[in-house]
Amino acid sequence: MPSFVINEKCDGCKAQDRTACQYICPNDLMVLDRETNKAFNRAVDMCWECYSCVKICPTQAIEIRGYADFMPLGGVVQPLRSSDSIMWAVRFRNKVVKRFKFPIRTKPEGSIDPDAGFTTGTEDLKSPVLRTEPDSL
Amino acid sequence: MNADNFKTLVVETDLLILGGGMAACGAAYEASYWAKKNKQRVTLVDKAAMERSGAVAMGLSAINLYLGLSKGNNTVDDYVSYVKNDLMGIARKDLVANIARHVDSSVHLFEKWGLPIWKDEEGNYVNEGRWQIMIHGESYKNIVSEAAKSALKELGEDGAYYERVFITEPVMYEDRCVGAVGFSVRENVFYVFKAKAVLDVMGGAVHVFRPRSVGEGLGRSWYPPFNSGASTYFTLKAGAEMTCQEVRFVPVRFKDSYGPVGAWFLLFKSRATNAKGEDYMEKRSSELENWAPYGTSKPTPANLRNYLMLLELEEGNGPIYMRTDEAIQKLVAEIPDEKESRRKMKELESEAWEDFLDMTVSQALNWASHNIMPEETPSEISACEPYFISSHSGASGAWVSGPKDLAPGEHHWGYDNMTSVKGLFAAGDAAGASSHKFSSGSFTEGRIAGKAAIAFCVDHPEAFEISEEQTAAMKERVLQPLKTFQEHHAYTNDEDVNPNYIKPRMFMFRLQKIMDEYAGGASVGFKTSGALLTRGLEYLQFMKEDAEKLAAADLNELMRCWENVHRMWQAESHIRTMLFREETRWPGYYFRTDYPRMKEDWEAFANCRWDPESGKWEMIKREIL
Ligand SMILES: Cc1cc2nc3c(=O)[nH]c(=O)nc-3n(C[C@H](O)[C@H](O)[C@H](O)COP(=O)(O)OP(=O)(O)OC[C@H]3O[C@@H](n4cnc5c(N)ncnc54)[C@H](O)[C@@H]3O)c2cc1C
Ligand code: SF4
Ligand code: SF4
Repeated sequence: MPSFVINEKCDGCKAQDRTACQYICPNDLMVLDRETNKAFNRAVDMCWECYSCVKICPTQAIEIRGYADFMPLGGVVQPLRSSDSIMWAVRFRNKVVKRFKFPIRTKPEGSIDPDAGFTTGTEDLKSPVLRTEPDSL
Repeated sequence: MNADNFKTLVVETDLLILGGGMAACGAAYEASYWAKKNKQRVTLVDKAAMERSGAVAMGLSAINLYLGLSKGNNTVDDYVSYVKNDLMGIARKDLVANIARHVDSSVHLFEKWGLPIWKDEEGNYVNEGRWQIMIHGESYKNIVSEAAKSALKELGEDGAYYERVFITEPVMYEDRCVGAVGFSVRENVFYVFKAKAVLDVMGGAVHVFRPRSVGEGLGRSWYPPFNSGASTYFTLKAGAEMTCQEVRFVPVRFKDSYGPVGAWFLLFKSRATNAKGEDYMEKRSSELENWAPYGTSKPTPANLRNYLMLLELEEGNGPIYMRTDEAIQKLVAEIPDEKESRRKMKELESEAWEDFLDMTVSQALNWASHNIMPEETPSEISACEPYFISSHSGASGAWVSGPKDLAPGEHHWGYDNMTSVKGLFAAGDAAGASSHKFSSGSFTEGRIAGKAAIAFCVDHPEAFEISEEQTAAMKERVLQPLKTFQEHHAYTNDEDVNPNYIKPRMFMFRLQKIMDEYAGGASVGFKTSGALLTRGLEYLQFMKEDAEKLAAADLNELMRCWENVHRMWQAESHIRTMLFREETRWPGYYFRTDYPRMKEDWEAFANCRWDPESGKWEMIKREIL
């Protein structure tokens, strides 16, 4: 069932006008059931297992159960994404657990300066020189 | 859902960017700068949320195109030769060179924006292969889309982006593309975007062919299921000339979850062998002579590496294994000091897992559920199903103008990356014959096209009146599946089974079945022939008629309807071009059994064009300049 929602943990993003999982899914699969106030994946066989919904859910209510048509039960891969790094817990079918931590960005979100301190060497719209070039080359 | 209560919103802009992926972000970044100086407006439209839309949604573990020009690591010509050889001679040198000469600048920007790039002790980027550098790329797309949004913001009211708006059709004014229409997948709104220039950057296509997994794993195609041929459909419907529509890509990846193999081959220097432990690339090297001069050049083109593997499987020597165990042990054994070698083992383990966790988490899950430790157990690899992705190792897309200072004679017609239709531009997966641009090159090509498109806007200030009748007719057409459903669904007990219409899901399966069986899909070993293709085309004509009867119960299904119409057009141009090219040139991508060899007179581009006036297809052979 690729991505699935743990009912107990999902709070429907506190009834805000859009839920985090619905906002992010690149294939528009996550929807909120207005009656139960719980999210669900509406077409599990169109899920890329991209983990975008898993990473963004504020209550860690979403996990992935590997595609049952080729993955044996029992494996779990679960991320915890912070502002500058991501931690992964990989649990094997035989219960072995491995943990990994990787950086994800070196500058805080929201701080990007498009020119990044480079200057553009031309004003000519017809020249092949692009924004920030030749400085950034 | 009532198709009659849709609002129509008209949005006016100067440059309209369709898509929100790597090329779109590059275009928004670059165009904003030049638009501000020249008082133009820029609007971007994405079917998803830019933060995680397109092929880089999950992240990536490498940037596959970086030259290191300033350090003298490579030259632009080196790259052009590599790309041309990998595509068996079929590539536009001017387009590849244009991307290559600018791409380092994009990578340096990514780093400044906060993308962590691996560095060695001297502070140099860590290369995976000659052109690839390693990154901690989980948030690659978040970073790049943030930069694009910040750039648009610099335009104030003149810069805007729309998310969750699905683009269906071009808006034409005589021979010029002057906008696009689409609909919101969240509320009942039909959008009409009017523009002076339009940039098509809606990615490639998947699920045109039947995937190997058809249960839950249907969605685990290597290429993301959310890119569905909108780029090709858009340029075709505008009447633009297309190129290399036959050049699909069949990647070889870890079996079933389709995890990347690049780091294993390049960084860890792993071998792939058959079940007996034989290295089939060595064993079958003489076969490469049949595909000279490309087959005998180094590196061996991707399709030929596939082909040797397919021959091995045909002979019954499968499964094929990536010898991860052997590779890791070898790297560790190179270090005599025991403590040091244990540290190295830990480091390699982390690198190996990160490669999957950054870009194909499913593969890590697959290893965990099969108890696979890569340092102990080899893993199976296999050929995926075919995809259309010209920014990678495929080549299908629009035929676009090259830059004035690089393009030979007829390959330049006014503005970089403009298609044969005035005012319509294409980049990334939407532009053909310039493979191997990858994430960084697609972003870069978006920049090139973005700047050129602003120049076009400045040179063509005239505005066109799009009549209300024209937009009303388009609205009716786009929303028709909702109406069809509304009119007929009550007739039967099951809304999916109704003689008056077809739902998008079965429509997709029908397309996939035709393509798989007649156009050389995975289940037939990627083999096809003139007779099979002709039959496939006949079946497609029935589909085109039935496309008028697609039905949608809600907005999500309406999107699925149009995605599959887009796929169907991708499929038709693919079949027609494979039929046109009477030879076999990329045997590991597809093999024409009736023309099993490469032919000198097909050392040429196979182009096609659908004529919006007559509705007829035209096939065009163009010289390689
Ligand atoms: C599995 C995989 C692994 C890869 N690995 C690497 C790697 O390691 N290194 C590397 O450099 N490159 C890699 N690439 C290549 C890279 O991802 C692509 O080259 C790049 O993303 C292409 O950019 P694009 O803008 O053309 O398409 P995309 O980035 O895919 O963007 C397409 C955009 O169009 C939007 N869209 C689609 N249809 C519509 C519509 N109808 N209406 C509105 N919007 C629409 C999508 O939402 C998306 O925003 C990989 C690709 C894949 C698939
Ligand atoms: S993001 Fe998490 S909490 Fe919010 S609706 Fe989705 S599953 Fe529920
Ligand atoms: S894993 Fe990705 S494709 Fe699947 S539901 Fe979550 S966001 Fe959507």
